Amino acid sequence: MNEKSITILEPGLLSSIQDTGRYGFQRYGVPVSGAMDNFALRAANVLVGNKMNAACIEMTVLGPSIKFNYPSLISITGGDLSIKLDGQKVDRWSAIQVETGSILTSDGIQDGMRAYLAINGGINVPIIMGSRSTYIPAGFGGYKGRPLMGGDTLLVGEPNPTTKHEERTLPEDLEPVHYGHSHIIRVVLGPQNTNFTSAAVNTFFDSRYIVSNNCDRAGYRLNGPTLQHETSADIISDGTQIGSIQVPADGNPIILMSDRGPTGGYAKIGTVISTDLGLIAQSRPEDNLVFRQVSVKEAEAAFFEQESILYSIDPTLFKNASNKVKSALSETSSSLSPYIYEDLKKVQRNATVKIKGKTFTFGISIESN
Amino acid sequence: MVKKPTLKYAGDQGLLVEFGDKIDVKLNDEVRNLTFQLDQSKEEWIIDLVPSYKSLLVIFNPTLATRKYIENYILELAIDLGETSESTDRVIKIPTLYGADFGMDLEFVASNSNLTTKEVISLHSEPNYRVYMIGFAPGFPYLGGLNKKLSTPRLDTPRIKIPSGSVGIAESQTGIYPNDSPGGWQLIGRTPLSLFDTNREQPSLLVAGDYIKFEPLESLEEYSDIKADIESNNYKLEINQLDNRENSQSDRHE
Repeated sequence: MNEKSITILEPGLLSSIQDTGRYGFQRYGVPVSGAMDNFALRAANVLVGNKMNAACIEMTVLGPSIKFNYPSLISITGGDLSIKLDGQKVDRWSAIQVETGSILTSDGIQDGMRAYLAINGGINVPIIMGSRSTYIPAGFGGYKGRPLMGGDTLLVGEPNPTTKHEERTLPEDLEPVHYGHSHIIRVVLGPQNTNFTSAAVNTFFDSRYIVSNNCDRAGYRLNGPTLQHETSADIISDGTQIGSIQVPADGNPIILMSDRGPTGGYAKIGTVISTDLGLIAQSRPEDNLVFRQVSVKEAEAAFFEQESILYSIDPTLFKNASNKVKSALSETSSSLSPYIYEDLKKVQRNATVKIKGKTFTFGISIESN
Repeated sequence: MVKKPTLKYAGDQGLLVEFGDKIDVKLNDEVRNLTFQLDQSKEEWIIDLVPSYKSLLVIFNPTLATRKYIENYILELAIDLGETSESTDRVIKIPTLYGADFGMDLEFVASNSNLTTKEVISLHSEPNYRVYMIGFAPGFPYLGGLNKKLSTPRLDTPRIKIPSGSVGIAESQTGIYPNDSPGGWQLIGRTPLSLFDTNREQPSLLVAGDYIKFEPLESLEEYSDIKADIESNNYKLEINQLDNRENSQSDRHE
């Protein structure tokens, strides 16, 4: 086959085409969609030399089997779905050369929940409202508006010829994040925290919440101590942000994710910071979440700290970055102290990356043992 | 001089700009004007704008401007909104066939309101309804201005599938289902217009700030003719200018 394409042999549990999301149409009621773990998707793209918003395959729990119809450069990031290439386990968070006829398979979930497959050139499906992301509930975007199925052949865009795969990996001292089953999630209060009693706000940050079975691309429902409203659970409907933590009258929090409706009518106690959205995306039913309140300043520092990983994979990104990014990266330090909770004993935050003589921390991985 | 809006954090990359705390045409106008101004500004840090009844969610890219710059920019723009408003109020005609198979709850709404079905149709098709916002689902308009006499509770058990274009009533709201979906609204009619179509350059028929007016159709033939015209691209949407805004509708949801 001359065309640059890949063929899905087996679909896996839920595999769909996603990019960084469909922005600009929320005012018409169109959800953003896009990768649940946006950082992992962008890292996958940088690893193969794509633009950060190129379309990838988001795989869930059990990945698809895929045949490559031409020699290409790929990368796998995010959770560990035991992905193999021609029977050999592949290095995650690294560029990998594949040959014509190579077959990628998955033995299923080992760690995390979702993984991303990027291909040099990006998956080339039609752009609908500015994005290639699949919005499954309304059946548009991605490949025919639906999850991938066996027999689908996907075209791939023109590859970036300058990508040298031996240069595209995480720096030596940086290890792929291990997600585990307990996560500390940083949250900025608001916008409707005053709809709740102060006791409820304290409870929210003091307690352990369990991810319920009711978790999908639209949102994660949590079980745990219920939260009392001071005024009302209902608000005059307003815009929702990814990571918004809304609490209906029953007092159980719901974290809104990629496929959320753009507006909602429940009070929102807080918003998960953008850096920690990936941890939500990688958590699964029965996992523990503990919320920690941070300021927007701390949240921004965490964001730039995480962004520095991308710049360490591809230093040319730094050269072309805005002055804001340059100054933020030069100010970012890895001196943030580990967060230690009584019931979350082992806190691992020691993976670091050096850029422009500064040291940065990669990800946050917490094991309870 | 407009009162300064309040800025609230929606995480580290979102700001909720609030103009007040009630459903009100004036507040909604300010939301609409700020949305328009920010659209016009072409500031590159703006990722998306989500206008709603009385607030605007601004989603921004923190790598392209500082928080201080963004907050000041929004507040300064918000103070000057009054005179710069975009003053075209569109009224879009929504041809609607009331009753029969398309509005199977019309009789119930009538008996619940102690009215005849004819009176329901007349009261429902009289006002220019304000589109306060679009949300919940692609193209779904939140409308203000339903005559209080027509207020009817939702169905006890929602229907599994409501056909797209269905016009319904739920409590004090009226609305149109843009797509086939489950729902519990009382159905009184259906429009052949498509409120949301990804094949169109602008998929959503309506924009927040528009007004709509339901136009009762006489017969199924008329409905089918319009539907055929739409499908063959021969239908011309009827759009008028709102001539008397004060009288068009003045609902204040309590």
